[in-house]
Amino acid sequence: MLHRYPKRVAFIMLVLTALVAAFPLWGEAVFGNQANFMLEKLTLMLILALFAMSLDLLVGIVGLVSLGHALFFGLGAYTLALASPDFSPASMWWMLPLVMGVSACVALIVGVLVIRTKGIFFIMTTLAFGQMLYYFISTSQFAGGTDGVFIMFRPSLALGERTLVDLDNPYSFFYFCLGMLLLGYFFLRWLTRSYFGQVLDGIHDNEHRMQALGYATSGYKLVAFVIAGVMAAVAGMLAAMQYGFANPAQLGWHTSGEVLMMLILGGMGTIFGPILGAFAYEILLYLYEHATTHWPILMGLTIIAAVLVLPRGIAGLIIAPPWRRKRQTASEAVSEKENASIATSAQPVTQRKEN
Amino acid sequence: MRDEIVLATHGLTRRFGGLVAVNDVDFDVKANEIHAILGPNGAGKSTLINLLSGEIPPSEGQVLYRQQPIQGKSARQIARMGIGRSHQKTNIFPRLSCLQNCELAARIHMGGVFGSWRSRQTAQKVSERAQEVLDTCQLNHRAHTTASDMSYGEQRQLQIAMVLATAPSLMLLDEPMAGMGREETAQVTELLASLTDRYTLVLIEHDMDSVFRLADRITVMVDGCVLESGPTEQIRTSEKVRDVYLGRHDEGATA
Ligand SMILES: Nc1ncnc2c1ncn2[C@@H]1O[C@H](COP(=O)(O)OP(=O)(O)OP(=O)(O)O)[C@@H](O)[C@H]1O
Ligand SMILES: [Mg+2]
Repeated sequence: MLHRYPKRVAFIMLVLTALVAAFPLWGEAVFGNQANFMLEKLTLMLILALFAMSLDLLVGIVGLVSLGHALFFGLGAYTLALASPDFSPASMWWMLPLVMGVSACVALIVGVLVIRTKGIFFIMTTLAFGQMLYYFISTSQFAGGTDGVFIMFRPSLALGERTLVDLDNPYSFFYFCLGMLLLGYFFLRWLTRSYFGQVLDGIHDNEHRMQALGYATSGYKLVAFVIAGVMAAVAGMLAAMQYGFANPAQLGWHTSGEVLMMLILGGMGTIFGPILGAFAYEILLYLYEHATTHWPILMGLTIIAAVLVLPRGIAGLIIAPPWRRKRQTASEAVSEKENASIATSAQPVTQRKEN
Repeated sequence: MRDEIVLATHGLTRRFGGLVAVNDVDFDVKANEIHAILGPNGAGKSTLINLLSGEIPPSEGQVLYRQQPIQGKSARQIARMGIGRSHQKTNIFPRLSCLQNCELAARIHMGGVFGSWRSRQTAQKVSERAQEVLDTCQLNHRAHTTASDMSYGEQRQLQIAMVLATAPSLMLLDEPMAGMGREETAQVTELLASLTDRYTLVLIEHDMDSVFRLADRITVMVDGCVLESGPTEQIRTSEKVRDVYLGRHDEGATA
């Protein structure tokens, strides 16, 4: 059934999570004095995985392809950067709700304007909104123009006088990001299996039928858009903490395109796929960048190959591995033939485009 | 209350460019009757249903549902007023299970717009309702099958089950038996016959045996106009209908 996967998936994800979480134990043995650098890379991957997962809610689950999702990523980064005081750390208890609130409002406004458009028009309007904010920010004095804004102090996570997690420590920050990713993952997992998720599946499959049944599909899509926006903004906030600055590049369509590639690589509509996609993309990027200055060509070829060979991404490979697929396709082929014969023998006298 | 008029149209007209698909149609449906619409291909039957369900707006004329004009209401609003419909082309949620298809249909009249967030109790009721209509349509052995994996005939039956799940007070069925085998057609005919004490039906169907077996009244359309409308017996014996429609239909069926 939809959104229920073989045990194998849970097993693989569990092993990978454990492996990542245990990095401080094996990192130094494998990477030597590069371990700290690798920890930073890994932290970034966790953040991007959260970002990619949020886009999956739109693209994979609802079926709305957005090319402006970086708008929210950048918005989260800038909200944190601009709201952080210069001479003392801000409190996470303020910053997180602020980032979520601001992004929810912006997502609501943008969403109301774009949600009624479909297909290519949705792609173009989301792109337009993303680029609007990009140019606005990169030409605005208050936002530091093309230089962006530096964050002097990472926010602190404390209860009264006691520090809960020392976010300045790269190891604790790494675990903080891992925690946020898991939180996001379990939230989306719950959401896709809830009734709300079922309605989103219905919209993905056949929006017209949903409306004929009486569903206000725009309302549901808008809620999904806002949720995706807020999650992306949280990822952007984490990214800004990691880098120590907010930069216009985080807002641009380049970033939107990259995260879309992570989705394609990982397998959309599965929630766990984009996490794998984000890791795979970043690892490939790292390898290619070190191999050649023409790395974009290699990356392009990889994406094309992925689309051709793995239409459902890495997730598809795990859900239905090729060695298991053979038997399945044999039986599918039979039923397809059956269907085809029914379809040809049993159509109404004329076939006309209905509605 | 048998003769209460549930739905009526006055001078209903719909043009597509120069083509008048539905031309000045006066039509009414009484409570608990099966009102069949007959007509050759392109007569405007589907267009008429689309006008009744609000999927397209009329060019002229009026639709009254329980004495209220439904002018300007969206398909969604009309669905919520209790008019349920099925489409001529199979129109289901292919990736969802048979049961989930019906649950989506059932939930809409059991919760509010965001009834999706409601309690376990509602969930229970929705699921029971979905199960019930699958029973009625003899699809319960398929409850957990992905819709796209079902046979064509089963998918057509699922469409009817989905309309039933919305508990409509008026059902508009556009060729529910199109493309079904003889046995399935007979089965669905019996199913529809069993619904009359609870539902009011507008039925478009090409299968003459089923129509004459099921319908209380029949309206015959040709080129967008009503050729004749009346009780089933009257239409069966009508010269006019035989000449204009039945003759042509036989040709069409053998072609
Ligand atoms: N959306 C549309 N745009 C333009 N023309 C349309 C549209 N829908 C229907 N028509 C035309 O209106 C006429 C009536 O079509 P309609 O589908 O209502 O016929 P029908 O009686 O349902 O036929 P069938 O038995 O083939 O289903 C046809 O000539 C059709 O081409
Ligand atoms: Mg038709």
